[in-house]
Amino acid sequence: MAIGVKVMKRPERQVSYVRATLKGMALTFKHMFEPKVTMQYPEEKSTADWSISQRWRGTHRMLTDEQGRSKCVACGLCPQICPANCIKLVPGEDEQGNRYPLIYEIDEFRCVFCGYCQEVCPEEAIHVGVHFENAEYTRGRFVYDLERLQSQTHPVSTLWDPSDPRGE
Amino acid sequence: MTPEMKGFILLSVIKMLLVFTVIMIGVALLTLMERKVSAWMQNRRGPNRVGWAGLLQPAADGVKNILKEETFPALANQGLFFLAPALSFIPALLLSAVIPFAAPLPLDFDFSLGPLGRFAHHGLMPMVVADLPVGFLFVLSISSMGVYGIALAGWSSNSKYALLGGLRASAQMISYEVAMGLSLIPVLLMSGNVSFGAIIHEQQVGLWYVLPLFLSFFVFLISGFAETNRLPFDLPEAESELIAGYHTEYSAMKFSFFFIAEYANVVTVCAMVTTLFFGGWDIPGHWDEQGGVLQTLVTGGAFFLKLMFWIFFVMWIRWTLPRFRYDQLMALGWKVLMPLALAYIMVVCTAIYAIEHVAGITNPKVEALALFGVNVVVGLLVFGLLDSGMFVRGSGRRPATSEVTG
Repeated sequence: MAIGVKVMKRPERQVSYVRATLKGMALTFKHMFEPKVTMQYPEEKSTADWSISQRWRGTHRMLTDEQGRSKCVACGLCPQICPANCIKLVPGEDEQGNRYPLIYEIDEFRCVFCGYCQEVCPEEAIHVGVHFENAEYTRGRFVYDLERLQSQTHPVSTLWDPSDPRGE
Repeated sequence: MTPEMKGFILLSVIKMLLVFTVIMIGVALLTLMERKVSAWMQNRRGPNRVGWAGLLQPAADGVKNILKEETFPALANQGLFFLAPALSFIPALLLSAVIPFAAPLPLDFDFSLGPLGRFAHHGLMPMVVADLPVGFLFVLSISSMGVYGIALAGWSSNSKYALLGGLRASAQMISYEVAMGLSLIPVLLMSGNVSFGAIIHEQQVGLWYVLPLFLSFFVFLISGFAETNRLPFDLPEAESELIAGYHTEYSAMKFSFFFIAEYANVVTVCAMVTTLFFGGWDIPGHWDEQGGVLQTLVTGGAFFLKLMFWIFFVMWIRWTLPRFRYDQLMALGWKVLMPLALAYIMVVCTAIYAIEHVAGITNPKVEALALFGVNVVVGLLVFGLLDSGMFVRGSGRRPATSEVTG
């Protein structure tokens, strides 16, 4: 016998077709009465067994301060770190010398949802969100401007914490 | 034309419309049932969005299929390509004409309808579209025509997958037709008649043939699966090998027609199993021999329940067993089912002769019970051998080379 040829020991006598068929049929019949695993999506979006992770990185959200202005100080770190180059930021400055974004746009089609913008932001202004229902009728609607980013209400991602890698 | 003849035509048209409507709607709902049953067996819910519990899903599918673009392969044989869906669809529907679906209805009327003249009917009306005296032979001959639709669909598509599917279908359906026909001969031996009405009547006075002719039933059921190209014998449309087999090139409503034909065939085979082996519309215990409208309704319900059980059974098998390999399929047909059916004819012949002429038993019930005893013995033997893998061999049981040469 050639080296490395493994001969499977196959059953010689106990090959049961009738019993195996009946066993299979009993199994499938039993399954008909087991609880269904399907989640009825539009009606129920999370169940006890399944809910979306707190670390989910979805479409962005810009947090605001008490006066309803964005927390962003237009430091320029997020467009700098963004690997997909999807953030457009034009900084402005008011009379007191506070910087704020004149234009802040995120192209959600270009975004790779790495979450670096949230990680790098010194003011904890821009966040990726725990959110996945993003359907729109036109492509243009996927460029989120500052107003839209501020008006999002979904929870923000907690991202991955190196000191707590398993989220405990 | 006599008033009786006109009455007969009127009743026939009504029954035709009734059966046709029920079959067409039923077939549409069966596609939903198939998806529901498969979902339940896989712990899913199945379609439940369109209409209440998904009941309008077939309508949605139908609308989708009507609105879809029809494609024609460039080098297809246009005429046959067009004809094939109809050819597979028509025999499937034709068969439903000869299946009795309820006890005969006592019906007396005699009325005039203006210029059409008098319509009259007296006595019992058989609840079957065409009460053919050769119903049984009609079924055998028409069911063999179903292969044309599939073979022509495969051939006319000018596609290698479709052609292979068509080839497989023709080989498979012709092979299993032999076993199917042979498996039904014991039924004829028992009933002594080829009309469905007579076969049902014999089962009423005796026992349902599933007991005295169990192996016939077994062979018929397996051949029925193969005839309708259902899993585990759906080699003609084995999607892992042939994309979609013979209907690869079909789209829109023409594709739908193959689907309808498949389910209509399933209904027919299940109706045959019900009629030939489970007493048709018969309810045991002679309750159903009192006559009347109520009897017709209740027996119709009984027939429907039996039919639904067998349709469910077909789906149950489909979602349980994996597909056969092609050589196993052919081996099962020619080397197991056909000899089994032949041998069984011999056994039943001998047993009937012994019971009727040697033992001199004429009571049909006792005769059926005696045959049932014979069946227990033969059945245990056959299933014991089947179970030990003596008939059907998996790849692991191929004889070693030395065994073959030596």
